[in-house]
Amino acid sequence: MDVTEKSPIIHTEGLTKKYGEKTAVSDLNLDIYPGEIFGLLGPNGAGKTTTTLMLLGLSEPTSGKAWIDGRDCTREPIAVKRIVGYLPDNVGFYGDMTGRENLRFTGRLNGLPDDLIEKRIDELLEKVGMTEAADQKTGTYSRGMRQRLGVADVLMKDPKVVIMDEPTLGIDPEGMRALMELIRRLASEDGRTILISSHQLYQIQQICDRVGLFVEGQLVACGKIDELARSMQQEGVSILETAAFPDDAGFEALLKSLGNVDSVERTGDFYVVRSRNDVKRELLRRSLNSGYTLSLIRQRENDLDEIYRRYFEEAGEEHEDGDGKRAKRFGIFGRSGQ
Amino acid sequence: MKTETVREQNVSASSADPVSEPEKNGREAGRARSGLYALYRKEMADHLHSGRFLIVLALILLTSYASLYGAVSSLSDAVASDSDYIFLKLFTLSGSTIPSFTTFIALLGPFVGLTLGFDAINSERSEGTLNRLISQPIYRDAVINGKFLAGATIILVMVLSMGLFIGAVGILKTGIPPTAEEVGRAAVFLLFTAVYICFWLSLSILFSVLCRHAATSAMLGIGLWIFFALFMSLVASIVAGALYPLNDAATVGQVLDNYECQTMINRLSPYYLYSEAVSTIMDPSVRTTNLVLPQQLSGAITGYLSLGQSVLLVWPHLTGLLALTAVMFAGSYIGFMRREVRSR
Repeated sequence: MDVTEKSPIIHTEGLTKKYGEKTAVSDLNLDIYPGEIFGLLGPNGAGKTTTTLMLLGLSEPTSGKAWIDGRDCTREPIAVKRIVGYLPDNVGFYGDMTGRENLRFTGRLNGLPDDLIEKRIDELLEKVGMTEAADQKTGTYSRGMRQRLGVADVLMKDPKVVIMDEPTLGIDPEGMRALMELIRRLASEDGRTILISSHQLYQIQQICDRVGLFVEGQLVACGKIDELARSMQQEGVSILETAAFPDDAGFEALLKSLGNVDSVERTGDFYVVRSRNDVKRELLRRSLNSGYTLSLIRQRENDLDEIYRRYFEEAGEEHEDGDGKRAKRFGIFGRSGQ
Repeated sequence: MKTETVREQNVSASSADPVSEPEKNGREAGRARSGLYALYRKEMADHLHSGRFLIVLALILLTSYASLYGAVSSLSDAVASDSDYIFLKLFTLSGSTIPSFTTFIALLGPFVGLTLGFDAINSERSEGTLNRLISQPIYRDAVINGKFLAGATIILVMVLSMGLFIGAVGILKTGIPPTAEEVGRAAVFLLFTAVYICFWLSLSILFSVLCRHAATSAMLGIGLWIFFALFMSLVASIVAGALYPLNDAATVGQVLDNYECQTMINRLSPYYLYSEAVSTIMDPSVRTTNLVLPQQLSGAITGYLSLGQSVLLVWPHLTGLLALTAVMFAGSYIGFMRREVRSR
């Protein structure tokens, strides 16, 4: 099924947001098609939340425009909010109201008739598996429960588009799996368009049709995950995980001396070797000669983590300044929350 | 694949919506209004269920009762010297140790307003409900309107009920029925009280928009309350003393200038405005709120003002209080509209 033939449901043109000197989002051109799950990925402070806020008309763009389903997000925010459900990062509820009352309130804010509200509350509570806790006060809910109630809350208005900000943050693995399953069903069964912004790559990788990588306010790459991976392979990057016995400094030196190796990094029990071509043969031969027994050798697939890292490094090099080296080395986690 | 085609049909169906544009706009506005109503309902329920409201109500009833007790105990002495408008004396007479009801309300009214509003917006922000709330299809000002209207309703109900309480107990105690004019004066007094407390409500909502933490906005509100109630008169006399210094040989003109300057500054304070207005309304013998020289009074017949004349006298005060409320309200509007709403 090729989604690109349809007209986009979310469309932005040169969307830019500046806070004083700092550019939070710069010249964003994005098209998201109906029924698609789109992942907006990037480190903290990359401008993901700002983008979602502009799409909802909660924040005014400095320049550029955004449309959802043909409606201008800045000029017609009410019409946009009617068809867009927003699940904010760390969603909150009125603690002294029960889950059901919170949902009822949302329904009333959307101007729905009372009988429809009650019917939909029951359906949605069932759907997110919260029926039993529905009549407890939300002040007693755990984070995972709040998140699930948040999903029900978003669906109260029966939105065409669902925007989720860091939906997987702070949820245990089982809850995460259930949430991912739920999100997938929202797109495949109900045909809703879903935009997820996150910095947690693995979960997003599982369910997204397409992803956009955000670095320092710029969309550095956008497309299907395997497309991005393929374009990276053409650049000739090979990543090898390896470990050997005895595990001493000599082995690291050996790895570094291999031909065309860019970097060698120790991660836990093993080394990660980045090189421009396949070094497996050479590694095998030389470690044997030097008296090392290889205990692990594995070619890493081009997963999202690598893609992400790669693009981030490129962007980091473009922004080369005083701390450019640091940004490159600790790419993903070094520059959080600024 | 199947869901996709259904979806496409939906899209085309909605684009060919037969409803005309104005009709659609009207419906949109109606639905947005229902958002305000939903908010109002929720806020009312919140207030009525909150322990805070019960505490405030208990406090108000307690002070009403205490001041009434004081008034009744000193009523017979007061009636001996002046037997007119006995019903109004229930509100204005103070006992030997207990202040009068009007004094109590002037002091405690701000507390009620502040309690109802000091965490209106910032608690939503810290609970993480604000961004969920404003991502619903409602106008952003509906949030402030809903909160203010709910608070104002609570205030109105509270003020009316304590007025009725005092009136009822007073009639039972004294056995003297009020005249129509007395009832009218009491009603105007209650209206003034409601407006006065609403001013403090709007002030506290403004602080709750501006301050990130509920504690900060509460402190600011309480600070202003104490300043207006206790220190404003001091500041006024100091400023007036500096601008129009008085010495032992001051002329009448200088004394008048000094006094007028003091009153002008004092009248900036809602506390003073309210107190002055209420003492005029509740005491028909008050003929003016400004200084009057003996020669201006020559030939005047001593008597009481009618209700209409008294109201005319305090009309500027009412306007002033309403204007102050409007300014606070406008401030919170602007602050809230411009505020970037991010997660907590």
